[in-house]
Amino acid sequence: MIESIKGKLSIDGSTRRWSVNTILILLPIFIFFLSFLIGRYPLTPVEVVMTILAKVFPSLQVSATATTIVWDIRLPRIVAAILVGAALSVAGAAFQGTFKNPLVSPDILGVSAGSGFGAAIAIILIGIPLVTQASAFVWGLVAVTLTYIIGRSIKSSQILGMVLSGMAIGSLFGALVSLCKYMADPYEKLPQIVYWLMGSISAVDNNEVFIASIPIILGITILFILRWRLNILAMGDEEAQSLGLETGKLRFIIICCCTLITAAAVSISGIIGWVGLVIPHISRILVGPDHKNLLPATICLGAAFLLLVDNISRTILITEVPIGILTALIGAPFFLYLLRKGHGRWV
Amino acid sequence: MEVKPLNVLEIRNAVFSYDDVENIFEGINLTVDKGDVVCILGPNGCGKTTLIKCLNKLHELKEGAVYINGRNIKDINQREIARNIGYIPQGHIPTFAFSVLDVVLMGRSPHLDFFETVGEEDYKISENALKKFGLYEMKDKPYTSLSGGEQQLVFFARVIAQEPHILILDEPTSHLDFGNQLKTLDIIKKLAQDGLSVVMTSHFPDHAFISSNKVAIMKDRGFMDMGKPEEVITGGNMEKAYGIKVEIVDIGYNRKVCVPIKTAE
Repeated sequence: MIESIKGKLSIDGSTRRWSVNTILILLPIFIFFLSFLIGRYPLTPVEVVMTILAKVFPSLQVSATATTIVWDIRLPRIVAAILVGAALSVAGAAFQGTFKNPLVSPDILGVSAGSGFGAAIAIILIGIPLVTQASAFVWGLVAVTLTYIIGRSIKSSQILGMVLSGMAIGSLFGALVSLCKYMADPYEKLPQIVYWLMGSISAVDNNEVFIASIPIILGITILFILRWRLNILAMGDEEAQSLGLETGKLRFIIICCCTLITAAAVSISGIIGWVGLVIPHISRILVGPDHKNLLPATICLGAAFLLLVDNISRTILITEVPIGILTALIGAPFFLYLLRKGHGRWV
Repeated sequence: MEVKPLNVLEIRNAVFSYDDVENIFEGINLTVDKGDVVCILGPNGCGKTTLIKCLNKLHELKEGAVYINGRNIKDINQREIARNIGYIPQGHIPTFAFSVLDVVLMGRSPHLDFFETVGEEDYKISENALKKFGLYEMKDKPYTSLSGGEQQLVFFARVIAQEPHILILDEPTSHLDFGNQLKTLDIIKKLAQDGLSVVMTSHFPDHAFISSNKVAIMKDRGFMDMGKPEEVITGGNMEKAYGIKVEIVDIGYNRKVCVPIKTAE
């Protein structure tokens, strides 16, 4: 990130870009601290800061309630929102470049549908949250593996082949999810499945978030290192090959990273739509299509957006609104507004 | 024993097939030396584009081989081929509105390791390439907002930033207006004078007169004739290749033109 900002400064010294980059970095940090103050139990900024400092300086006196709320309730949730928001957004941007199509979202290869099935079957058969998370993760990977193997065998166009087989695999697993719902116990299991599918991070604990953070951070790091090459891949396979890129290999690595990231995110949050489609677009308006700047921007903006929406989801009504509903309720109209205002120029 | 060719580029007994049933072309031989501009003519669908895509391994030959500086491209990876051969495709379809500079920077890719990204040196080389084609002032503009002629120049700048010694051009003049066609041919001639070897396809025999020192006519899965433009672009050959009557006229200025008269009976 810093390196890309330095690059920008030395090249054109544009103050606009400088301020955009500054805001992009500060925004998630600001919302991060703000988020500790939001919730049903009122905490003052001083209490929050003291509670956090108490971990480092045990001599500080803080209330047990505040400690539990800050460390065990709000922190995992905040970190989950940051991870999931960044993960879905960065995977969306990388997929849009890889499949040279700005309308692609992270679940294009069927990862969400696969994870949904994994979660549903685990809820029915076992019902332990950590098992549901693991099953969602694994089945997300299974779905994409199937898509990749079938899609690659279509020789005429690898991109089209994968997108089409992704659609088919997606609806196959969608049907299996419906089957699970149909057969699930309607009083105990069915509501759990439905709620999981709506997308929510209200029940996550520190342990779950930690487990999910490993594949997410790993995948994002690799994508971050390779991000400049996405520019070339977005020019089309033949052109990229003529520029010395082994497109099959690069696409395979990117699909692996995006799938790890998305499956891990979905495994703790359920299915959250729109973030992976809208955030890359908004980022492109702000920093342009160059993936060298676009990927860091989507990470910041995605994290900030989902954190903000999660704050709204836990304050807007007395009962909590699933975040997956809110991302669409907020994301879709905002996207339409941008589309009208910008005439879709940035794509 | 195999004799190692020493030309910049050589195609030997090339055979290609998409489906392993019907050959698109067979028995193609061609040698390209330093500073050559080879123009491949031929009717629509004769396999010109397929042939030149075999030169930088975008397609793989069924039989025969392509050598660059005496090395079979089978034994060279895509990245090293790209350091030797630059390619400008025909009819590029843009997806994202990258800046002109970003597009030219892509030319640096074969010089970077897999996990490396463009650095100061690459910016310098790319900016110099832009200056060479008078595009430096436009470097921050989206390349999608440029005219067809300017976009073609951006691709030329990218290929120069790539620093190859062989250039493959797929119908470089096909989407350009009258003026830009001639300007492009001039650029090709100049690049050849600088020591690059060029292989291009074209639909215009006239363009071969303007820019090439070698012409090959492709028809019925092979080269029908090959040689200097004045010797190959003749009324007889044009009628055989395109099925029309053609008049070759010397118009002075050291130039010949090829004028279609009527369709053959």
